[in-house]
Amino acid sequence: MAAASSEGTTVRSLEAPAEPASGVVAERDTTTATVAGWGRLAQPGRERLGEDLEQLSRSVPLMRGLGRSYGDASLPPPDRPVVAGTRLADRLLAFDAGSGVVRAEAGLSLGALNRAVLPRGWASPVMTGTQFVTLGGMVAADVHGKNHHVDGCFGRHVERLRMRVFDQPGDHAGRVVWCSRSEHPDLFRATLGGMGLTGHVLEVEARLSAVPSPWIWAEQRRMKSLDEVLAGLRESAGNWPFTVAWIDYLAAGRGSGRGVLFCGRWATAEEAPAAVPPRTERLSVPFVLPGWVLNRFGMRAFNLFYYLAQRPRKGTVHPEAFFHPLDTIASWNRLYGPRGFSQYQCVLPHASCPDAVREVLQTVASSGVPSLLTVAKDCGDEGEGLLSFPLPGISVALDLPHRPGTQHVVDRLNALVTAAGGRIYLAKDALTRAADFRAMEHRLDAFEAVRRRWDPAGRLASAQSRRLLEGS
Amino acid sequence: MKVAILGGTRGMGRAIARVMAARGDRVCLLGRQTDELEKSAADLDIRGGGNTGVTMAHCDLAEPSTFEPALATAQASLDGLDAVVVTAGVFAPQAELADDPEKTEQLLTIDFTNTILFCEAARKLLLAAGGGTLCVFSSVAGERGRKPVVLYGAAKAGLSQYLEALDHTYRQEGLITVCVKPGFVKTGMTAGLPVPPFAGEPEPVARRVVKAIDRGRPEVYAPAIWGWIMAVIRLLPRAVMRRIGF
Repeated sequence: MAAASSEGTTVRSLEAPAEPASGVVAERDTTTATVAGWGRLAQPGRERLGEDLEQLSRSVPLMRGLGRSYGDASLPPPDRPVVAGTRLADRLLAFDAGSGVVRAEAGLSLGALNRAVLPRGWASPVMTGTQFVTLGGMVAADVHGKNHHVDGCFGRHVERLRMRVFDQPGDHAGRVVWCSRSEHPDLFRATLGGMGLTGHVLEVEARLSAVPSPWIWAEQRRMKSLDEVLAGLRESAGNWPFTVAWIDYLAAGRGSGRGVLFCGRWATAEEAPAAVPPRTERLSVPFVLPGWVLNRFGMRAFNLFYYLAQRPRKGTVHPEAFFHPLDTIASWNRLYGPRGFSQYQCVLPHASCPDAVREVLQTVASSGVPSLLTVAKDCGDEGEGLLSFPLPGISVALDLPHRPGTQHVVDRLNALVTAAGGRIYLAKDALTRAADFRAMEHRLDAFEAVRRRWDPAGRLASAQSRRLLEGS
Repeated sequence: MKVAILGGTRGMGRAIARVMAARGDRVCLLGRQTDELEKSAADLDIRGGGNTGVTMAHCDLAEPSTFEPALATAQASLDGLDAVVVTAGVFAPQAELADDPEKTEQLLTIDFTNTILFCEAARKLLLAAGGGTLCVFSSVAGERGRKPVVLYGAAKAGLSQYLEALDHTYRQEGLITVCVKPGFVKTGMTAGLPVPPFAGEPEPVARRVVKAIDRGRPEVYAPAIWGWIMAVIRLLPRAVMRRIGF
């Protein structure tokens, strides 16, 4: 029974917290069916799985993929607590090996897509930090990867979407339409990054990237300070298609903000081994760690160890090791203990850097809810998606273990980000308040207008939209 | 290997078709919906590198008249047939069947009578061609009379018995029968049910089943741990089975 009772038994309070300092209330409840995101913040609800998305999408307020968004983006609204899971609808439907255009059901995972096309010289144009995301989820969050400064978000490479929409007021089951840059372009743009709130994505057609080999040539360097990390990111952006930096902001004194810069590109046929990259084996965190394991000292030790372990090196590496290092350990979300966690990911315009980045890091460092892993990445141009996350600047992602006080930290961070002209990433968020989101997201009215046109009766919603957009 | 899979568009059938196509086996999908067959054939073809030569044939487990033509089409399209896999079937928990005689009859007909009729057609075809493997999905539900699966379990118990006898009777002549007894696997068939401990994912279960086909094992539990679980369940006294909800 251990396996069953360790999952999905933390129930997050749905009530607005009485005071900011105790923003997250957790209680154990083993009787209610719950559904949770990657951060394991569960709420009452059920996930309905099936292989037939046309059928499955008729009567639900929301669809989700592999549930890798951290907070409540993939959770159903409390008043209609059923969400349809797409992950069993995972078929590749068409692939043109000449042009690289692929069409698949929305539940196909990024990892499965790459395994199918890499041996034939193609790859997903955008690789997220985990390969366990679905195409539908990649569209909904308009995901970005280490190559954002060159290739933009996933949405840039999407050609068409097949969707169930609910624009006819009397039609409860909705209707199925195709949308693209030329067909229902308003729906198309609002759906890229629209967090599943404009309609249910059934099929995705996207253009893949041609690659010279299925391997990655990677190089990594240690950086002694935050300034060096940020300068390194900007400088390497000109030479490398894939860049990202890890920051150890918990180190005391002069070492604070030191990090490791990772750069990469697809290896040439000469550099690459002859074989196709083998399937990787995965370790697993077997149970939920007690909350005290990852305390401040544990995290500091981990970061020091990680910094020392990341010796400067270069060479050919497995694409999964380069793009999805955390996937090596399955269920790593159990590390943060029974109370769960979310992430805080924001992007700060170049003009506000490096000061705003330092302020964000210091706010979390001094908060008592330190982050195990902190990642920075420079972003390129804003995407087409009406709520797409990146803008030209530096993106910072921090894990946020949920403790009393986490809400307060998020509120302070949101004030900082709003003042700097930045914004947050909805796929990671669990705690931002509606007023704060509205203050930082000037594109919201345009998004809401499209949403009203395509869902006038308000049949679509998520726990996150109830929190951020409908202000319940 | 040249294999026909009844139920190959969904669930365990889909997973087995992927494992077999990926290693170069020739696959013919049998199913009742043409568009579903076409989508699954495309999927197998793309995953297999674009020239796997997947074929398909119309076959409806509710219509025994489709069985022989479907198997003949499969044999002709693959230019021979080494194995037939049956994963199709229907599931309903007891609560849904208790007061619905129509649904009860449908489940018993499909999971018992028609599945066996299909196996009989496959047996004749494989034996006529000199032998082969018949791999059929029964269930751990057929191992003991259990409250949540009174009717489904009864149909699967009958099916398991039939498959065992088939193996005893025809192995000498070259027909190897593999009876698969899956525990809980997270597929579309079990969607919506509470997930018990030791539930399996389709892909590892498919690998185990394909290995059993290769080795000609007459019986396979998947995931493997369900073999041990059922060994205990089989020993439980009736007084205990009467009391527990399992």
